[in-house]
Amino acid sequence: MLAFTLRRAVQAIGVMFAVGIIAFSMFRFAGDPVNQIVSIDTSAAEREAVRKSLGLDDPVPVQFVRYFADAAQFKFGVSYQFRQPVSTLLMERMPATLELAICATVLAMVFGILMGVYSALRRDTVLAKLFQAVSLIGISLPTFLIGILLIYLFAVILGWLPSFGRGEVVKLGWWTTGLLTLSGLKALIMPSITLGLFQMTLIMRLVRAEMLEVLRTDYIRFARARGLTTRAIHFGHALKNTLIPVITVAGLQFGSVIAFSIITETVFQWPGMGLLFVQAVQNVDIPIMAAYLLMVSLIFVTINLVVDILYTVVDPRLRSTFGRAV
Amino acid sequence: MTEPVLSVRNLQVEFASRRGTLRAIDGVSFDIAKGEVLGVVGESGAGKSVTGLAVIGLIDPPGRIAGGEICLSGLRIDNLPAEEMRRVRGKRIGMIFQDPLTSLNPLYRVGEQIIETIRTHLNLSETAARRRAIDLLAEVGIPAPEKRIDGYPHEFSGGMRQRVVIALAICAEPELIIADEPTTALDVSVQAQIISLIKRLGRDHGTAVMLVTHDMGVIAETSDRVAVMYAGRVAEIGPVQDVVRNPLHPYAKGLMGAIPTLAGDDKRLVQIPGSMPRLSAIPRGCSFNPRCAFAFDRCRVERPEPLPRGAQSVACHLYDSVPAESAA
Repeated sequence: MLAFTLRRAVQAIGVMFAVGIIAFSMFRFAGDPVNQIVSIDTSAAEREAVRKSLGLDDPVPVQFVRYFADAAQFKFGVSYQFRQPVSTLLMERMPATLELAICATVLAMVFGILMGVYSALRRDTVLAKLFQAVSLIGISLPTFLIGILLIYLFAVILGWLPSFGRGEVVKLGWWTTGLLTLSGLKALIMPSITLGLFQMTLIMRLVRAEMLEVLRTDYIRFARARGLTTRAIHFGHALKNTLIPVITVAGLQFGSVIAFSIITETVFQWPGMGLLFVQAVQNVDIPIMAAYLLMVSLIFVTINLVVDILYTVVDPRLRSTFGRAV
Repeated sequence: MTEPVLSVRNLQVEFASRRGTLRAIDGVSFDIAKGEVLGVVGESGAGKSVTGLAVIGLIDPPGRIAGGEICLSGLRIDNLPAEEMRRVRGKRIGMIFQDPLTSLNPLYRVGEQIIETIRTHLNLSETAARRRAIDLLAEVGIPAPEKRIDGYPHEFSGGMRQRVVIALAICAEPELIIADEPTTALDVSVQAQIISLIKRLGRDHGTAVMLVTHDMGVIAETSDRVAVMYAGRVAEIGPVQDVVRNPLHPYAKGLMGAIPTLAGDDKRLVQIPGSMPRLSAIPRGCSFNPRCAFAFDRCRVERPEPLPRGAQSVACHLYDSVPAESAA
């Protein structure tokens, strides 16, 4: 078990190294960074001075090692447009993105699993068919459209919820949270739904399909032959077996939720990393783009690692196979 | 004679399909007494397993019990409400399925599954249920049960898993065990152990056993009586010696002729020509008539009803008001 975790951790470091190479190469191939910093009338001598101060005249491998060593300590250089360390900018924005992503995922998991289980167990009811129909909409409508429709309905027509921003936030050390104020919570509702709707419908359809599959297995039939209660069979035996693939998908989806919160954050002007990234793209702010790439990869890799470990917690068969394989 | 543990009368099971209703079981009747092992044999699709599932009330839609009666120790169980039938399952009727590899939930320890079943049916504390589970595992021949109880199903071999399944089936001391091809998925050497285990448990606890199989060897070894099924009907039923040595129904004769002997004579095994009809195309009259060497006009028109003949009972026109010697 420990060996398995270690091996996966080493693999994760390998992935991060590869991503680091890509992030670093962005500096070299997306134009000359010096041109981004200086103005048009800067003299050649001054340009050289800037180049030297940034260490851009060193050989590429030296630059790479330096970039990597810094990145490992969460130092990503200085943003061209804000003239502030990128790590400070990201740290400021990260709580907003993580709160939004976690809210959206929790929402998607809770409702996705509930609706999925319901529509598997009560397949022929009107409500189950309604869920299926709604899930089709959720899976096929693009995120920004859902966001705009929600804003139109709840902010413009009904005026119940704010159309943009994060509301009031409370500082807890370096972390800022919108979960403790009423306006913060209200501001969180629509972005969470927008961001979580796709995952919710995905999880619902997955749970439904898996549950129907599991209910047909021999061990469920045997559980019925043993006279267990319907509740024990459905929620004790069937649901646990259903959750194995759901964990994978939900885990991987959490990564995409963070990565693709860009769109939702733009629609709702949510002050998170996604919005920062969009602004960085517009201004060719490469340090931010590279740092964002690294951060998102780190989150993805970490989640994958956690999902792999969670697997072995849920499924005892994997514990021993991995134990033997090492 | 005391009341049989299981009494099935004129059972009919139908499956609704797009092309009309298919009758999988058509008028099956049999009894099983306390401590008796009834073997049920027949080709695949003869309705052996469906009969077992009907008795334990696990026929899933679109199938349903369309007629007849099933009584367990005098209590009619085929029309019980779902919740009461659930209480009968596992407590009064235990069932063993064909594939021990897939019968156990892979995510729970075997002990958890046994304790769960015990506590569903018997009013026992967790510790008492655990003690009972260990005793059960010991009884079905699992070595070091106090250790193995915390193992997961994948840590057991096929034969050991089938023992666990049997322990689960008997954990509430049922009156009846239905074993649906319990040895088909196992090695030959393990098969014999499982069969003798089922036989011993039936004897020790006075449990009635309905043993569904297509292995005549297993039947001859284990059963007190045997029912030969064909196309959803009982062709012949009787004491196992009589049916094996002196089968009456032409189909039963064919089945017995297909058993290889150890005598080593190089006679070719007899084979029954043709195959069993599909449920949607069961012939009029006796369903066996197209394959029967002795079929005559009446067989193609009128369905034969079971007739007692000595200790046996046979559904064949050859034995109807005709002296016995003309049969063969």
